[in-house]
This record gives sequence, C-alpha cells and structure tokens, in this order.
Amino acid sequence: MLEFRNVSYSVGDKEILKNVNLTLDDRFIAITGPNGSGKSTVAKLIAGIIKPTEGRIFMNGEDITDMSITERARAGISFAFQQPVRFKGIKVKDLISLAAGKSATISEACSYLSEVGLCAKDYVNREVDGSLSGGELKRIEIAMINARGTRISVFDEPEAGIDLWSFNNLIEVFEKMHERTNGMIIIISHQERILNIADKIVVLANGGVADYGNKNDVFPKLMDVRSGCYYTRKS
Amino acid sequence: MMDNVQKRLLEEVAGLHDVPQGAYSLRVNGELYGKNSSENIEIAAKSDKPGIDIYIKAGTKNESLHIPVILSQSGLKELVYNDFHIGEDCDVTIVAGCGIHNGGNETSEHSGVHSFFVAKNARVKYIEKHYGQGDGNGKNVMNPESYVELDENSYMEMETVQIKGVDSTNRKTTAKVSKNATLIVQEKIMTHGSQTAITEFEVELNGENSGTHVVSRSVARDSSHQKFISRIKGNNRCSGHTECDAIIMDDATVSAVPEILAINPDASLIHEAAIGKIAGEQLIKLMTLGLTEKEAEEEIVNGFLR
Repeated sequence: MLEFRNVSYSVGDKEILKNVNLTLDDRFIAITGPNGSGKSTVAKLIAGIIKPTEGRIFMNGEDITDMSITERARAGISFAFQQPVRFKGIKVKDLISLAAGKSATISEACSYLSEVGLCAKDYVNREVDGSLSGGELKRIEIAMINARGTRISVFDEPEAGIDLWSFNNLIEVFEKMHERTNGMIIIISHQERILNIADKIVVLANGGVADYGNKNDVFPKLMDVRSGCYYTRKS
Repeated sequence: MMDNVQKRLLEEVAGLHDVPQGAYSLRVNGELYGKNSSENIEIAAKSDKPGIDIYIKAGTKNESLHIPVILSQSGLKELVYNDFHIGEDCDVTIVAGCGIHNGGNETSEHSGVHSFFVAKNARVKYIEKHYGQGDGNGKNVMNPESYVELDENSYMEMETVQIKGVDSTNRKTTAKVSKNATLIVQEKIMTHGSQTAITEFEVELNGENSGTHVVSRSVARDSSHQKFISRIKGNNRCSGHTECDAIIMDDATVSAVPEILAINPDASLIHEAAIGKIAGEQLIKLMTLGLTEKEAEEEIVNGFLR
C-alpha cells in the first residue's frame, strides 16, 4: 500500500502538486490526466527521485519520505522511466542482471526479453546505447522491471513508442507480472486500453486529484465523446 | 624462471600464464628473456640497438605473435625498437603490452618504438595493454611511439588499453594509409591519482578510398589529466573519423584537440568530442535498480571502458 499524505511539490514558484492525499492499494492502478497535471511527478515521488516540498509518503504504513532512491528500490519499489536511459558499453544482459540482483543466465535474460516481444538472442549482447530504437529501449525497460519482480512497480507511460500490434502483448506482460509478484502495478497512461484494464483510475488535473475511483465509474467520464473529458471541462 | 610478480604482470598485459606457444619475444628487465620464431614468423634481435625485427611471411593466416615486456626492477629505463614487416595477404594478430612493477623509489620507464609495414591485402590486429603496479614511490612511465604504413587494400586495427598504474604516458602514433586501406584505432584509458596521459594521433589518408577511425574512450579520476590530440589529413578521396569520448570525475581534467584537414575536395572528414561527468539520469536509473550511487558509478565506468 502506498499513501500520500498532504503531499505538495513545487519548483521555484510553480506549484506542481497541491496537497495531494491518496491511498493506492489495488492490483492495477492507472494514473491519468492532461499534460502538466503532475502525473510524472507522482511517479518520481514514489521512486524517491524527487522529494515532496511538503507532506509525507508511506509504504505499508512505513514513512519512506526520507528514504533514498536506492533504499526505496531495495524496499521493493521499481520504476520504469518514460524516456529510458542509454548507456555506452553496458549490455542488455548486464542491465537485466543488475535488475534481477544476480548474474542472469542467458536463459533467464532470454525469458524476460521474450516476454516483452524481443527476440532474446538478438538482444542480450547488444549495448544499451544509441543503436537501439526508442521502442526497443522501452521494452528493455519493461523487461528490467519484470526481472526485479518487486511488490510495487511504477510505469511512466509504458505504451509510448510501442507499436500498436504489440499492445496486447504489453497488457499480457502486466497481467503476468501481477501473477508473479502479487503486488501493485501503477501505470501512468493516456491510453484507453491501458485505462481499461485498471482496477482503479486516478485522475489528476491542475496539481490535484480530480477523481479517484473504480474504473467503471471513472472511465466513462473520461471517454465522453460528445462533450470531451469531464475533468478537463470542469477545470 | 620468472618470479610471481613477473608472472602476474605477464598475465595482466598479455593474458599469459607463462611463456607462450608459437612465435613470441619476451623482454624482462631490459633484456631479451626468450624468443621463438615459427615457420611463418621470424623474430631476429637487432644488432645495432635494443629491439627486434619481425618478418611475417606473405600469406600467413590466423597466426598470432606475442611480444610482452615486463619490468620489475625499480629505476630501470629502456628504449626499444621493434619493426614489424607483415607480408602480403597475411591475417595475423599481434599482442604487445608492457607491465611495470615498481617497488622502489626510482622512476621505471619503458618506451617502445614500433614500426609496422603492412603489405598489400594484409590484415593485422594489434592489441596492446599497459599496466603498472608497485608499492614504492617510484613512478611508472611509458612512452610508446608507433609508426604505421599501410599498403594498398590492407587493414589494421589497433586496440590500446591503459587502465591502471601508469603515472605518466605520452603516446604518439603516426600513420600513412594507401589506396583502399583502412586504419582503425580504439584507445581506452583510465587515469587516477595525479597521473597524466597524452595521446597523439596523426593519420595521413594518401590513397584513393582510404579510411580511418580513431576513437578514444577515457575516464579521468581524482586530479589526473589527459590530453587527446588527433590530426587527420585527407590527401585524396577518403573518409576519416575521429572521436574522443571522455568521462571526468572528481577534479580531473581532459582536453581534446581534434584537427581535420581536407586537402582533397573529395575527402570526407568528421571529428566528434564529448567530455563530461556521468549523466545524472544514468546514475538514477541504476539506483532505481537498487545500486548505491558509488556502485552505479563503477558500473557505468566499467561498461564505458569495456
């Protein structure tokens, strides 16, 4: 369980999140909202990449606000970047091994890669550098989260850069991941099909929580074709 | 017999546990320790100055030659000349390298002048590793010089590595490249403490369709200093590329001085240089996998210099 208590986050004079109170405790949670609503900020706050200006964050009742990125990772939080990082000289297999916390055998690395639709033998020894496309990097990023197998996994727009035909695959990946870790998967997304597999949806707008509830209640309000998104209209 | 220190140096620079099989020349503490010619590779000691002449018969394929140098006596200084004559149509690997163990207070120095004459259609891979160690205050100094002549359609790849323990190095490589020939240089350097490393490359692309890639990847730590100088001259229709990619840490400094000179209008020359500290997002990514900042840094540096 993750809990935000009165969390605010500002950069200079700009308030990005304002007094957010949120308890996340489901299988699949989707966080959505217009650009600039603070979605990625929430993800980075969970991973510890940024610290709240005010308020506290709790994981299973424990205050993790002052824990470093490393401590949170070791406590069981994984984070897939929206824009995966490139490394010169570091190979796909190395990253999978680091993620798994042990030297991954070729067959282990292969199983994580095939799950995200990459032919493992073509990739294990490739460098995670500029020679990989954005979509390939994105899949490797997801494979790393899979290899970690932690209780909380946060994905920042995992679908960006992944072609449509492999979309179903992506959803399967999340489902299998949940089966294996029995944990919580938080996905930041605009994608209708991802929102559709969520148990709950958080809608952020203007730095606050505009709505939070079961998918069946929130989803129709987001997808109103005639009048547009209920939440952005309201704001 | 070599002692344990010497054996360790040999393993570091040449990956060998003892005197190698096949053609080799092993130099220990300023003297020729042993040499062996093979059917196709002849090694002869020079009579006028220290060093060896190596003749590789035309058509020699898939053979290798080891020429490591070991210095374990503090304060020894030597200058060695090695000439390599590589015959037409050869495909060979040359493993060189120098390891210094300096347990004393005096400066130990090895400077090798290597000249390569690569005949038509030959392919050569040259691997050189420099390594220093020692618990004394004496400095380990290596100043290698290489001269390369590539004849038509030949190809040479030079891989040079200096990762540890060399206090001061000044490397100079000059090359002349003929028609359809290619020279590839891959240099990897890590300096720490107060070490300095200067590497200088000068490649003349003289023949039509000649080419070169001179690539340096380096990490400078503590208060060390590195300077990378590369000059590529395009005298014909040719392609040349030089790249310096350096990570700086602590108070280290790196300067890159590329110069490309197109004499011929059909010369296509590129230089790239990037110097900077480790990208913050790389550290963050590895920290989200559970590594500490220090572990992340090591992982990034090791990968970069692999």
